[in-house]
Amino acid sequence: MKFKTNSVNRKIPTEIFAKELIPFSGKGKGPYKSRKYAPKIRKLSPGGTKIVKTLQEAIKKGELTDGGTISFHHHFRNGDYLLNMVCHEIANMGLKDIRLVPSSIQGIHKEILPYLEKGIITHIHCGTSGTIADAISRGKMEGLLTIRSHGGRARSIENGDVEIDIAFIAAPTSDGYGNINGVHGPYACGSLGYAFPDAQFANHVVAVTNVLVPYPNNPISISQEYVDTVVDLKKPIGDPKGIVSTTLRVTRDPKGLKIAKDCIEIIKASGLLKDGFSYQSGAGGTTLAATNYLRDYMNAKGIKGSFGMGGATEALVKMLEEGLFKTILDVQSFDTYAVNSLLNNPKHIEIGASQYANPFTSGCAVNLLDTIILGGTEVDVNFNVNTSTESDGRIAWGMGGHQDTAEGAKLAIIAVPLLRGRIPIVVDDVISINTPGENIDVVVTERGIALNPESQFYDDLKRNKYLDIKDIEELKKISEKLIGGKPKKPEITDRIVAMIEYRDGSALDVIYQVKD
Amino acid sequence: MSKQKNDITKKKDERLRRTRLYIPGNNPAMMQNAMIYGADSLIFDLEDSIAINEKDAARFLVRNALQTLDFGEVEVTVRINPIETKYFSKDIAEIIPAKPDGILLPKTESLDDILLVDKEITRIEKEHKLKVGKIRIMPIIESAIGVLNVEEIATGPRVAAIGLGGEDLTADIGAVRTRNGKELEYISSRIILACAANKIQAIDTVFADINDLEGLYNVTVEAIEMGFQGKSIIHPSQIETVHKAFMPSKEEITKAEKIVKAYKESIKKGRGAITVDGKMIDVPVVIRAEQILKRAKAE
Repeated sequence: MKFKTNSVNRKIPTEIFAKELIPFSGKGKGPYKSRKYAPKIRKLSPGGTKIVKTLQEAIKKGELTDGGTISFHHHFRNGDYLLNMVCHEIANMGLKDIRLVPSSIQGIHKEILPYLEKGIITHIHCGTSGTIADAISRGKMEGLLTIRSHGGRARSIENGDVEIDIAFIAAPTSDGYGNINGVHGPYACGSLGYAFPDAQFANHVVAVTNVLVPYPNNPISISQEYVDTVVDLKKPIGDPKGIVSTTLRVTRDPKGLKIAKDCIEIIKASGLLKDGFSYQSGAGGTTLAATNYLRDYMNAKGIKGSFGMGGATEALVKMLEEGLFKTILDVQSFDTYAVNSLLNNPKHIEIGASQYANPFTSGCAVNLLDTIILGGTEVDVNFNVNTSTESDGRIAWGMGGHQDTAEGAKLAIIAVPLLRGRIPIVVDDVISINTPGENIDVVVTERGIALNPESQFYDDLKRNKYLDIKDIEELKKISEKLIGGKPKKPEITDRIVAMIEYRDGSALDVIYQVKD
Repeated sequence: MSKQKNDITKKKDERLRRTRLYIPGNNPAMMQNAMIYGADSLIFDLEDSIAINEKDAARFLVRNALQTLDFGEVEVTVRINPIETKYFSKDIAEIIPAKPDGILLPKTESLDDILLVDKEITRIEKEHKLKVGKIRIMPIIESAIGVLNVEEIATGPRVAAIGLGGEDLTADIGAVRTRNGKELEYISSRIILACAANKIQAIDTVFADINDLEGLYNVTVEAIEMGFQGKSIIHPSQIETVHKAFMPSKEEITKAEKIVKAYKESIKKGRGAITVDGKMIDVPVVIRAEQILKRAKAE
C-alpha cells in the first residue's frame, strides 16, 4: 500500500478498496467534482399506487442487488427499529455485499453485527457508535467504515461519491403518495433534515410508516415527487421512548458547569455577542448548561440574536420563545419540547442537511454561525480534535456536524474536561483527527483556556484579564502531571478499518484495527 | 502619628476567606479538582463526612493530596477529628508533616484545647524540621461552652479564624435550626466580637440547601452585615453566590479608593488627621476601606 502525508501530517493510502483518495490539504479546498450526481428518472402514471405492505416488496421494487447501497436517517436515534428490520429482510432475501449509508448508527443497531461478520454488509458510510463501532475496530467487517460529518455526508450524496440505490425513510407520518412529516403521531421525531439529501438523490425512495394519513399530509417535510414506495407497516418502526428525550439533562457536575461558564465568558470577550448574534451548541450536559448561561446573559443585557441552530433542544427553544433569537434552524430535534415547537411555532424552521452544512452548495447555514460550542474525546497541542476514537484506539463515536460547524463558525470553541477519569484529554497527538486544528479557536477546560495563535480572536481574548489563559502545552503538562506521566499509545495492527473524510471529500485520517 | 500607629492595618492574618469549601477527604476526584472553582480556602474533611471505617483511608488520601497536588494560591486546610476522639493524634501525626495551611479543630471548647493542639503541631513541626508556627489553627465553635469561652479561644496561638458549627450548636443549646438563623444571632455576634478584638476572622456556618442560591445570597449578605468575613460552603456551585454577596458596590469601591489614597498620602506627608469629601476619617474606616478593596480585587 502506498501512502501520502496530508496537511495534518497523517499518512493516507493513495488508494483503498479501489477508490483513489485525495489527501486533505487544508480547509476551503475543492470542489473535486464539477457536477452533481443525478439519480434515475422515475415515473408514476395516473392511477398508479405507491403503497406496499412489506419491506421485502419495497426492496424488490427498488431492485436492490448484491453490492447495492441503502441509506437511513437517524432521527429516531436509539429508538430506531427500521434499519434493523431492513437488514434482517435483506439477509433473508440472500443479498450480500451491501453498503450501508445511515446518517448514524446507534447502540440499538447491534442486531446487524452478524451481517457484518457474514459479509452481508461490507461497507458502512457514517458516524458509528456502540457495538457496531467496536466490532469494526476489531476487524469484524470486511470493508471500510467511512466516517463523514453531517455536511460531508450530504455532499457525498449530492456529488455522487455515494450512490444510493434505496433510501429507507422512517416516516412518523406519511400519506399514500409519500408526503412525509416528522412532527405528528406517536413516532414524532421533529426535523427530518438528515433524510433530505437521501430523498433527493437516491435512485429509489421508500417511506416506511405506521401512521398512514389521508392525502395530502400536512405539513410536508419530504414531498411526494421524491418518494417511490410507501410501506404501510404493521410492525412498529420505532420506540417512542428512544426517539426523543422528554428532558435532556443539564450537567450538575461543577467541573462541567465551570467549563460552560467559561465558554460564555469567551463568547462575551470575542465581541460577537451583540444584536444579530447566531449560535449553535449540542445536546450534551455541558453545552446545555452553556446555552442556559447564554440565555441568562442575553436576557440580562437585552441582546437579540438572529438565529439559533440545532440540534434543537428545550434550552434553545426557550431562547426563541423569549425573543433572544428570531428563528431556529432545525436539522434535528432532540427533545419533545423542540418537536412541539417545530410543529407549532412558525419561527422554528426545519432545514435539510445540505442547507445546514454541505460545503459544496451555494451557501450553507454553518457559514453564517457566529459561535459553536463543541466537544471531543481528545484535543492535541495543534488543536486537532478527535471525536471518533477513545484512548484505547477503538471507534466509539461519529462526529455529527463537528467539522462543518467548526469550519463555518467565526468562533469555534471546544469544551472538554482536562481529564476524564484518569484519561488525559489534551494530548501531544490525537489518535485520530476529525476536525483539523486550523478550524478551532479556543479549547476550554476546567483548568484553563488555550487559544489557537492562528485564531482571529487571539489578541482580543489574550488581553482579557478575566480569562484563565494558558498555553495548550501547559494544559497538556498539567494533565500529565495529574495522572503521573504520558499515557501509552493504543496497540494497533496494520489493517485500516476506517477512514475519516473531511467535509470536502478529502482524506483526513485513517483508523487501524486494534489488537485484541 | 507614630510609626506604630501607622501600622494599624496590619493584622495577624490578612488572607481572604470569603469561601471555605468542604471536600470529603475520601473522594479523590473531588479533591483533585477542588482548587479550580475559585474558593478562597479548601477544607479537606476527616471528621463528619467520613464514616468510621474510612477514617484511616481518608487520612492517608488527604496527606497524599497535600503532598502531590498543586493548589496554587488557594488556602488548604484539613478538618481533623476532635481532640477527645481516638483519631485526633493519628490525624495530626499524618497531616502536619504534609504542611497544610491550617487545621480546623471541631468542637473547640476552651483555650486549653488550642494550647494542646499548638503544642502537638509545634512538636511535629520541630520533628520534621518545618518552620514553627506557620500552620494555622481554625477552631470551630459547636457547643454552648465553646461559645462562652470564645473570647479566650480567640486569643490562642496560631488562631487565624473561628468558624461556627450551626447544626451542632443549635442541637447543643436546644434551639431549632431555622432558615433565617435567628437562633444563632447572639452566638454569631459573640464570636464576631471575639474575633474582631483579636484581629482574626469570623466565618459563618454552612447553608445546606445547594439548590437555593437566592437564599444563600440573602443569608450571606446578612452574615456580612453582622461582621462575618467568610462563609463555609459545601458545594462549588455556592462559591459564585457567596463571592457576589461579598462584592462591594461601585460606589463603595470608589469611596474606599479615596480613603486609602488619602490615608497613604497622610502617612507620606506625616499628617495626623485625614479628611475625605470633607469628612474626618479614622483608623477603623481605613481598615474597612482596605477590606472592601481586597474583596473587589479578588473578583
